[in-house]
Amino acid sequence: MTLNTSTKGAAVDIRGVSKFYGSFTALDDISLRVEPGEFMSFLGPSGSGKTTTLNLIAGFTDLSAGEIRLGEQSIGHVPAHKRNIGVVFQHYALFPHMSVAQNVAYPLKQRGIAKADRTRAVDQALQKVQLDKFAHRYPSELSGGQQQRVALARAMVFTPSLLLMDEPLGALDKKLREVLQLEIRRIHRELGSTFVYVTHDQEEALVLSDRIAVFNKGRIEQVGSGHQLYTRPETLFVGQFIGESSVLRGAHSAGGAETALTIAGATLVAPGQARADAPHVILLRPESVMVQASGTGPKDGMTNILGGTVREMLYLGAAMKYEVTLADGNHVIARTPTQDEPFAIGSAVELAWNPKDGTLLADDGSTAGHEG
Amino acid sequence: MNLNLPRLLLSLTCLLIAIWLVAPTFVIIPMSFAGKKSLVFPPQGFSLQWYENFFTNPQWIGSLIVSAKLAVMVSVVATVIGTMAAIGIERMKGRGAGIIRAVLITPMIVPGVVLAVGIYAVYLDTRLVGTWTGYVLAHTLLAIPFVVIAVGANLAVFDERLETAAASLGASRLTTFFTITLPLILPGILSGALFAFVTSFDEVIVSLFITSPQLKTLPVQIFSSMTRDADPTVAAVGSLIFLATSLIIGLGLIFGMRGRRV
Ligand SMILES: Nc1ncnc2c1ncn2[C@@H]1O[C@H](COP(=O)(O)OP(=O)(O)OP(=O)(O)O)[C@@H](O)[C@H]1O
Ligand SMILES: [Mg+2]
Repeated sequence: MTLNTSTKGAAVDIRGVSKFYGSFTALDDISLRVEPGEFMSFLGPSGSGKTTTLNLIAGFTDLSAGEIRLGEQSIGHVPAHKRNIGVVFQHYALFPHMSVAQNVAYPLKQRGIAKADRTRAVDQALQKVQLDKFAHRYPSELSGGQQQRVALARAMVFTPSLLLMDEPLGALDKKLREVLQLEIRRIHRELGSTFVYVTHDQEEALVLSDRIAVFNKGRIEQVGSGHQLYTRPETLFVGQFIGESSVLRGAHSAGGAETALTIAGATLVAPGQARADAPHVILLRPESVMVQASGTGPKDGMTNILGGTVREMLYLGAAMKYEVTLADGNHVIARTPTQDEPFAIGSAVELAWNPKDGTLLADDGSTAGHEG
Repeated sequence: MNLNLPRLLLSLTCLLIAIWLVAPTFVIIPMSFAGKKSLVFPPQGFSLQWYENFFTNPQWIGSLIVSAKLAVMVSVVATVIGTMAAIGIERMKGRGAGIIRAVLITPMIVPGVVLAVGIYAVYLDTRLVGTWTGYVLAHTLLAIPFVVIAVGANLAVFDERLETAAASLGASRLTTFFTITLPLILPGILSGALFAFVTSFDEVIVSLFITSPQLKTLPVQIFSSMTRDADPTVAAVGSLIFLATSLIIGLGLIFGMRGRRV
């Protein structure tokens, strides 16, 4: 009966897409399928090509190579205004000379929808974003969060089968961001449309998405659920970009099902096979590393042992965080349950972990921003 | 208020400059009510005969109508061309845009007499002297720079991303222009139109060259009347024009204020 319950999400199929600006390659042969009704986030550092990909889907930029399909239709040559895709911009892009209601009615007017139906749809959309009392205000009379809600209402009022959002919450403070994240999640559930959401805030991506595509330098490094990306990163970049981690670098011996790395004098084992000619690393999550007194040795399957000195100790309530300096000068972060007698800064300790909790990855030279 | 010396001097200077700026206007108004046919100041006697002469003499009223018609036509043509040019220039960016802009603005910089001679020479060949077409073309040339500047200033602060948003909402390029771009640059267009109107309405130099006895604009009529005899009708015309322009500019200001809600 109403406009807002009829559509289902459409699949987006990106096939071998590249984008060149002169001699600069902004997107290098990316392929990605977003399933109907899925909430997909594009996550990656600044300049990695997220907005470019979104603009290609929306039709604001022309493809250099490849194909994009929306549902069954190839949309490469369809002009932006005929794609029927909702877009929410970081800068809101509300029309300043129109009231909130007029802004939201705009896409309906373009579609020649009768005035009575228009009014009803606008009311519904504004209710969805809890702005029904603001219909007659002008954008300049609204706060940033309210403006973004209007932008959201305007982009979904015509029930597009695909909704694109480019860092829609980027300009808002943390509290408001969290509130709006929940709203966006709810709206996604209610609408059933496919959502593609650009962010460089990994927490936001984890909270919102079914799957995340990690972008880096114009390529997609990995696509998967937040859990997959966190526990089974396929590249060092992904491992370091998602969540906290420590990276152990050392010479390795190519072996069978397990690979051994020599690091700071110790031999450490990780599952997986390393190619002999490429450097490899072990990626460790802080919660899988145990801090114990020097000389304790292996126990409970924690057979990888590495000595070090406590550089920093933080009490986080239920957990404690240690930063331990190794003999080779590198640091490892460990998060342990709160201990009654924590190790003091400067004391010699042992780090222990189960070999299967370390991830063996080819060293692509990437470094995480947050590590000292 | 503390009246120290520098402050007093500043106020005095400002006052003098203000008087200097408006003095000619206020000399004209009393003279328009002169009792005798002479342009002396202060005027002697009082009469409304010069106003009466203006409204009844076909030479005067005819030239007013010519000027008003012409100014309307020029402001329409110049606003359309100037607005399109300003949009084109804004979208081109780059160096080509700068050159085109400079070319469009030259009529404002080139001395009027030089332009007038050039136009006159061309018009002699093309038989445009003393024709409506001739006047409209010449005045439009002079008015376009004002429109380009006024609209350009407005476009510089116009957020082009709104057009992208409109496209994503289903509006074609043309619809986007009429529903988004045009309303938001309308203040610039209106002030451009006003400038164009005024430019044409009080243009003398070029008009003097291309005038004909059949088609004479008001400024030309004033000029020839002045050179022939000291007719206070000129003062009456001046006072009327002053009144009219004050009204137009005042309305323009009020209009502009209201448009600036965004
Ligand atoms: N019009 C353009 N001309 C030239 N280079 C461009 C253009 N647009 C984008 N680029 C380049 O393409 C690369 C990818 O840009 P993009 O905007 O997609 O990054 P992003 O992942 O969205 O980054 P951010 O998180 O900062 O928004 C950047 O290096 C950028 O400089
Ligand atoms: Mg971006």
